[in-house]
Amino acid sequence: MIRRRALAAVIVVGALAALGPVLPAYPLTLITQALIFGILAMSLDVLLGYTGLPSLGQAAYFGVAAYAVALLATERQVGLLGCAAAGIALAAVTAAVFGVVAIRARGTYFLMITLALGMVVWGLAFRWVSLTKGDNGVSGVPRPELGALSLSAPLPFFYFALVTAAVSWTLLGLLVMSPFGLGLKGIRGSESRMEALGYNVWLHKYLAFVIAGIFAGVAGVLWAYYNGFVGPTDVQLVTSVEALLMTALGGPGTLIGPALGAGIIVFLKNFVSVYTKRWLLILGAVYIGVILFAPHGVVGAFRRPRR
Amino acid sequence: MIARVVRLIAMAVFALAGIAPGSAHAQSGPIKIGLLVPLTGAASALGKDMLAGTELYLDEINRQVAGRKIELIVEDTEGVTATALTKARKLVDQDRVAILTGGLLASTGYALHPFADAAKIPTTYPVMSSDDLTQRKPAKWVVRTGWNSSQSMQPFGEWVAKNLKYKKVATVGFDYAFGWETVGGFQRTFEEQGGQVIQKIWTPLNTTDFSPFIAQIKPDADAVFAVFFGRGSLQFVKQYAESGLKAKIPLIGNGTLTDESVLPQMGDEALGVHTALHYSAALDNPANKKYAKAFEAKAGKIPSYYAETCYTNMRWIVEAIKAINGKVEDREAFLAALKKVELKDFPRGPVVIDKWGNPVQNIYVRKVERVGGQLQNSVIFTYPAVSQFWKYNPDEFLKLPLYTRDYPPCKHC
Amino acid sequence: MRPDFWVVQTFNGLSYGALLFLLASGLSLIFGVMRIVNMAHGSYFMLGGYLGLTVALRTRSFAMSVVAATVAIALIGMAMERFFLRRLRGQDLGQVLMTIGFALIFQDLALLIWGGDPYNLPVPAALSGGLRVGGAVFPIYRIFIVGVAVAVGLGLWLLLDRTRAGAMIRAAVDDGEMAQGVGINVPRISLAVFGLGAALAALGGVIGAGFLGVYPGADFEVLPYAFVVVIVGGLGSLPGAMAGSLLVGLLDNFGKALFPELAYFTLFAPMALILAIRPTGLLGRA
Repeated sequence: MIRRRALAAVIVVGALAALGPVLPAYPLTLITQALIFGILAMSLDVLLGYTGLPSLGQAAYFGVAAYAVALLATERQVGLLGCAAAGIALAAVTAAVFGVVAIRARGTYFLMITLALGMVVWGLAFRWVSLTKGDNGVSGVPRPELGALSLSAPLPFFYFALVTAAVSWTLLGLLVMSPFGLGLKGIRGSESRMEALGYNVWLHKYLAFVIAGIFAGVAGVLWAYYNGFVGPTDVQLVTSVEALLMTALGGPGTLIGPALGAGIIVFLKNFVSVYTKRWLLILGAVYIGVILFAPHGVVGAFRRPRR
Repeated sequence: MIARVVRLIAMAVFALAGIAPGSAHAQSGPIKIGLLVPLTGAASALGKDMLAGTELYLDEINRQVAGRKIELIVEDTEGVTATALTKARKLVDQDRVAILTGGLLASTGYALHPFADAAKIPTTYPVMSSDDLTQRKPAKWVVRTGWNSSQSMQPFGEWVAKNLKYKKVATVGFDYAFGWETVGGFQRTFEEQGGQVIQKIWTPLNTTDFSPFIAQIKPDADAVFAVFFGRGSLQFVKQYAESGLKAKIPLIGNGTLTDESVLPQMGDEALGVHTALHYSAALDNPANKKYAKAFEAKAGKIPSYYAETCYTNMRWIVEAIKAINGKVEDREAFLAALKKVELKDFPRGPVVIDKWGNPVQNIYVRKVERVGGQLQNSVIFTYPAVSQFWKYNPDEFLKLPLYTRDYPPCKHC
Repeated sequence: MRPDFWVVQTFNGLSYGALLFLLASGLSLIFGVMRIVNMAHGSYFMLGGYLGLTVALRTRSFAMSVVAATVAIALIGMAMERFFLRRLRGQDLGQVLMTIGFALIFQDLALLIWGGDPYNLPVPAALSGGLRVGGAVFPIYRIFIVGVAVAVGLGLWLLLDRTRAGAMIRAAVDDGEMAQGVGINVPRISLAVFGLGAALAALGGVIGAGFLGVYPGADFEVLPYAFVVVIVGGLGSLPGAMAGSLLVGLLDNFGKALFPELAYFTLFAPMALILAIRPTGLLGRA
């Protein structure tokens, strides 16, 4: 089973890599966006799909990392390695701090706490103007250089994002198939049973929370470089909601599902808006349709749901 | 499982192949103009005005120039800068537009600058007004056809000190670049004329309940200077009047406080408010009279500055296209032509572009009055040919810092 | 600071809290009975404001606009519950996502029907103007809002505490299974509570439109505030909603006035902290 998954993974990544030079610039940038949000959605899947913790606050770690990169790159001229390390570290620390507060709750309450924590970060991004420039955002973030290779053009940056996404997918895949990951799935099924079996449920949940935060941070680092701009809208509630929707649409608990969901949403938003101003309405209808008719998401509909 | 994955990928490839870029047509194909406006989201009303102003001009010339048709491609930025960037990429890479225009938010202006220069695409900003876009951080490929935030406020500060004779002014405004630059421009000239800014209050951008801020206004102020736009203007003017302060402490402000995009929704609470801007729907010149009538017929409301600036912007672009005989494929020539347009009969009056890519134009001091049952911004004074540097030497002006939250410092706070 | 700063700010915080109470009381009830996080609650608020605006402009009657908005939105809420949410009974996440889908649809419909311009709801002359006390002016409309909130609060309390229907609701909040077990028609209660919650949100929207105006984006702007109130106060608890809305109204006002750089932080951080210590809120039950 692992071999089948790995083979599928190689095919997907290989296909995308081969498509790169063939595609025109604009669809390539859209796929890049889809990859970045794919990482974000996968990070949420660790929490939602595998541990059963629905978070409405992933944008917080995404945003913290993005702002770190943007501010360090524009104000201190820090290079890729430094910015990425700082961004991911900051996201991890934020998740570590927030996790202590959030893990106490479950289900609906967990949703609410993560929403509140996400709003705390948004509030700071929006109002701590001397640091984050408030609504003006931080612009002029230069594309990084990998040695002699500049990532300014769409194609090199696409490959950069693809590699990062593939690595993230691999790492997360290994995580969820490890004993730790199986423990998470057990917790999703029944916390009390896992407690009875002697698992340290709190630690499992907390680590999952921090890991999710770390990978959300990875996505944030890429996003800052991709746009060259970071603003409070990147940290707002809507971003966390979209991550949740991508995960649910793709199929929680499958890792590839949420990534696919991210792709679908990115393309839907950009395609549909070309043909009609009512794209938001269509998006809402799509969500409702999926929830009613394919509750396990797109990928879930392909697979039989695992009990 | 594998088969499904392969099938999915095949579908994706077909879908993507469907979005081949528009070919770069020969000289006789249509001229494509890319317009970025917020059609959804909180700023959608302003986006609609921008689009209406743009389309009004294009319809007047039957959407063609120099023997070629004009194709306007409109993209929705949703009022979010990241989306604006994505759509800009689409317009330039996929639709192969000859020129990019539009944009609303200050952050979009700053984010598009490096994009325009990297893509070498002629770009005009009709609305985005952040000072530094044409001062300390200009972009070679961007021409501003609108205004910059402090442009109207530098003359206004002087006018208020000399004519309204206020000595102490408290300012309140949105806490971001637009607010800071507007207040900064006003403060500088107002204090040079002997006035004092005694308080600076900043509110979050999405405030609708201004009571916590109104309650802080110092009672010894002679006037309150407010800078808001959109629904912020609507709510602030109303709540300021309701607080009872307006009767004691008169209200003055920047142009978007009483812009025609919100003025019709206001009531008597707006009467008597003095503002300054490079436009008013009530301007009494033949071009504006004709334009305002046509706009009202098309959109069912009086033109706001957003509409006029996009109308003028489109005419500006078309005049540049005429100057190069429609050969927009020569981007350098197109850019040069954009910087050389100089007309006297825009609805707002005569406009010419300065060395930094910013318009030099009239600034009108206005007062809200009820005329014929409708509220309007009556023009009571005109400063002709005002540049972004007012009366200052540009090089010395640029050596000073940009107007921000703390600059000029509030010495009398 | 002006000498009457504290008095005026407290009053402002109170009146804003009163508005939040209208919004949050419905949300709290919906939470309590159905455990649904209704992400469309802000949409009810916004649609109530828009509908009220249209009715007010047509009929020139403030009372009519209030009645029309509340009834219409109540019906929409009930339809949403009956035909969509009920199918996902037990699927917490599915219900949340579905309400999000509806929120998007409502947002676009509002844009389509009313355009994007901001409006102020015309209020009757009797409610305009201000009351002078000392040097400060207290807008009469804000006093009116406090009055409405108090009346609604009393009404809800009477309903919940003194009527059979109220007893049934409280039973359903405490333990839905048991309530069903003793013969209470929980689905019907759910429907009614959802309608009531939506009506309250719409009432908040119409009344709020008189001083905050109605505009696109109001739905997602007001939603986090409603959540904060409900969480701080405790899900399913009416006294909790009252306490929460007062607290949030005051915190928000004073936060914006005294700590402008940390304004939202002063609101959401306490919320997160309260949740961390008491996950069911100050006065809520598990």
